[in-house]
Amino acid sequence: MTAQLALYWQYPFVRYALIVGVLISLCSSLLGVTLVLKRFSFLGDGLSHVAFGAIAVAAVLNLSDQMLLVLPVTVLCAVLLLRTGQNGRIKGDAAVAMFSVGALAIGYLLMNLFSTSTNLSGDVCSTLFGSTSILTLTKTELWLCVALSLAVLAVFVLYYNRIFAVTFDESFARATGLPAARYQMLIAVVIAVIIVLAMNLVGSLLISALVIFPALSAMRVFKSFRAVTICSAVLSVCCSTLGILISVLTGTPVGSTVVAVDILAYALFSLLGALQRRGAAAKA
Amino acid sequence: MNFLDNETNRKPAQLVCEGLSLGYENTLLLRDLSFTVREGDYLCIVGENGSGKSTLMRTLLHLQPPLAGRVTLEGGLKPNEIGYLPQQTDIQRDFPASVREIVLSGCQARLGRRPFYGQEEKKLAAESMDKLGVAPLAQCCYRELSGGQQQRVLLARALCATRKLLLLDEPVSGLDPKAAAEMYELIEGLNREGITIIMISHDMHYALRRASHILQIGRDWFYGSKADYLRSPVGRHYLRAGKEAER
Repeated sequence: MTAQLALYWQYPFVRYALIVGVLISLCSSLLGVTLVLKRFSFLGDGLSHVAFGAIAVAAVLNLSDQMLLVLPVTVLCAVLLLRTGQNGRIKGDAAVAMFSVGALAIGYLLMNLFSTSTNLSGDVCSTLFGSTSILTLTKTELWLCVALSLAVLAVFVLYYNRIFAVTFDESFARATGLPAARYQMLIAVVIAVIIVLAMNLVGSLLISALVIFPALSAMRVFKSFRAVTICSAVLSVCCSTLGILISVLTGTPVGSTVVAVDILAYALFSLLGALQRRGAAAKA
Repeated sequence: MNFLDNETNRKPAQLVCEGLSLGYENTLLLRDLSFTVREGDYLCIVGENGSGKSTLMRTLLHLQPPLAGRVTLEGGLKPNEIGYLPQQTDIQRDFPASVREIVLSGCQARLGRRPFYGQEEKKLAAESMDKLGVAPLAQCCYRELSGGQQQRVLLARALCATRKLLLLDEPVSGLDPKAAAEMYELIEGLNREGITIIMISHDMHYALRRASHILQIGRDWFYGSKADYLRSPVGRHYLRAGKEAER
């Protein structure tokens, strides 16, 4: 198996996939904690469907670089969703559902009506489940992914304390002079960027898994925000690496393999958490 | 309703409300409320459910704009120098954070443009935890604490944000009598050290025993010192009703 891996390692696309996979899973897991705690898990899901719609439009327009359209559209939707969720007549979850299924339907419709591709269902499937896109990254896409991931990382580290404050208690943060609305917006924009990035790895339907599973797993076992965040990042990177390697070796689809590994990790951590609690109870 | 007092021989004012009207789009909760809170006061806000106590507090904190009127801070008090103990939210009840992280987050107004907490903030957080007796719990997980401990942690956080003025929104709701008494004890201690307290309370008996000033809103109105309240028709009515309920 190691010989086989060494052989695959010589191909640049495998190396690219691993680099991008690691970076994407790192970024997505960091904000996952905030998303889960703020009850925003659905925002990620909704945005990923919006991104799917945007990709369909980009495909129809025959854009060479889809990210240039998909990224701004998703960021815009993130901002809109957060705004309507706060004070609109349509409540947050309904707005997210509306946006996401709407974008999904329109996206598929557009692809059906205007697509020039001979393998439409294959195209749709790979956008939804990201079956191969991470193995077909071009060098430009690679650098874009790297740059965006590093930007997300930098934002997260620099604003870590403020993100914690806003996540834990928005009222208090605002009362003591933190412009919480601005940080909410920052979180939404970063989530949108992460989702567009993560589409390459797992496709638009599975992104939420990448975002929430590591965070949920970490929350089972660890007890401070910092420990949860670090554990979630490490776990996510490990799961993605493992998932990508397995899929390269066995030829399974990358996205679903990664998510399957994440699910296994969640089961393992749940077990650990239960044992830990039982241990604590026994001691007390 | 004008409660701007005309006693001029008093301590300096800290928070002045002038002509406040509060409410939502279609409902007016409070109309034309004016009062002054002075340094070292212990003000209890009482009133029936839905009378706008929490809305008033959110307005005092500038979290929500009033329909009319204004809230001003006096004596060089800045908006980010107010400590606030909000009611707990569902999010917080199962939040994976250590006590230390939460208390430290009270210092974030001091950060200015810096991204990370320095020695000074860490020291302040440690002092606050000491003062409220949660220092031994520093590494514990917030969600595993008892209700009383959680409230003390949040009070320690509020204390990191202020040396002058604390706003508390029903600090003892959901606590058992012993924990509630401890909480009141801590709040009184802070007040004795010179921190002004504005507290929403359901507990009229307590408010009348310990507060220096009472603001009653709702159907009946009152603002003034406790002694005046006990002499006022509103206060006498309230006390009578309370005694009848006890019987």
